[in-house]
Amino acid sequence: MKTLAEIVVAVLSLLGAGFALIGSWGLVRLPATMERLHGPTKATTLGLGALLLASVVYFRTQLGVWTAHELLISLFLFLTAPISANMIAKVHLHRLRSGAANEPPGIAGPPPRPGEEGDWATFEAPARDTPASTANS
Amino acid sequence: MRRLLPHPALSAMLLIVWLLMANSVTVGGLVLGGCLALVLPKFTEPFWPARPRMRFGRAFAGYLAIVLFDIVVANFQVAALILFRRNADLRARWLVVPIALTSPEAITMLAGTISLTPGTVTADVSADGRFLLVHALDAADPAAEVARIKARYEARLQRIFA
Repeated sequence: MKTLAEIVVAVLSLLGAGFALIGSWGLVRLPATMERLHGPTKATTLGLGALLLASVVYFRTQLGVWTAHELLISLFLFLTAPISANMIAKVHLHRLRSGAANEPPGIAGPPPRPGEEGDWATFEAPARDTPASTANS
Repeated sequence: MRRLLPHPALSAMLLIVWLLMANSVTVGGLVLGGCLALVLPKFTEPFWPARPRMRFGRAFAGYLAIVLFDIVVANFQVAALILFRRNADLRARWLVVPIALTSPEAITMLAGTISLTPGTVTADVSADGRFLLVHALDAADPAAEVARIKARYEARLQRIFA
């Protein structure tokens, strides 16, 4: 039983470390900002998940206590990862349009406009009483 | 009841998070967590003046299960792309996703889900709140990808925020 638990913990730790490594490698090898964002937002989520699961199994089998902190860590990760990715993407959009510092547009090129008229909220103040605005009555 | 607990879901969430943080269920922890669950929603009330009604039933549980499943699948897909696909063969595309959801909270949840799942990151929302700008790492057929996002996530969110 003890050996089985050790094997599970070892496999999960290695899986987690492997995914974290792949995510970081993606950050290095993908061509431009938007493509690079995919590495750390995805591959590392499962990497961290596997590490946290390994932690739960380890504390339960080796020390005999249930820990719940891992659940909280994943909850906070799910809350913060999309927001930081969104902020980086917004800064990238600005730099692309203003032509700052030779920002390469990446494989997808510059972003299209939304619909027939209007622009993205990064470039244009959101209209009142729309879901994009925080200043609703 | 309304006056005491203006936001029952937030109160429940705060209590659960507090107990998880303490990592044990004791009387002291319950009392302190209960106080926080009562006081914090009261003081943060001005931040959510028009909060939408949410259903935390089967639809919500189903949504969570699907998103978690997709996150695991997405990780393997993106890992395979990073390891085995050459940059020249990567079909990265911008997607403009028209959204039918109307509440800011629902749109935020859709955007967060898109960022966490298969090879897509939400970059921006349009100024009129009717489109999301999404970057896909490898989309052979952008129209099909948009349809998938709408059918898989948005339709379910519409049922949760009804």
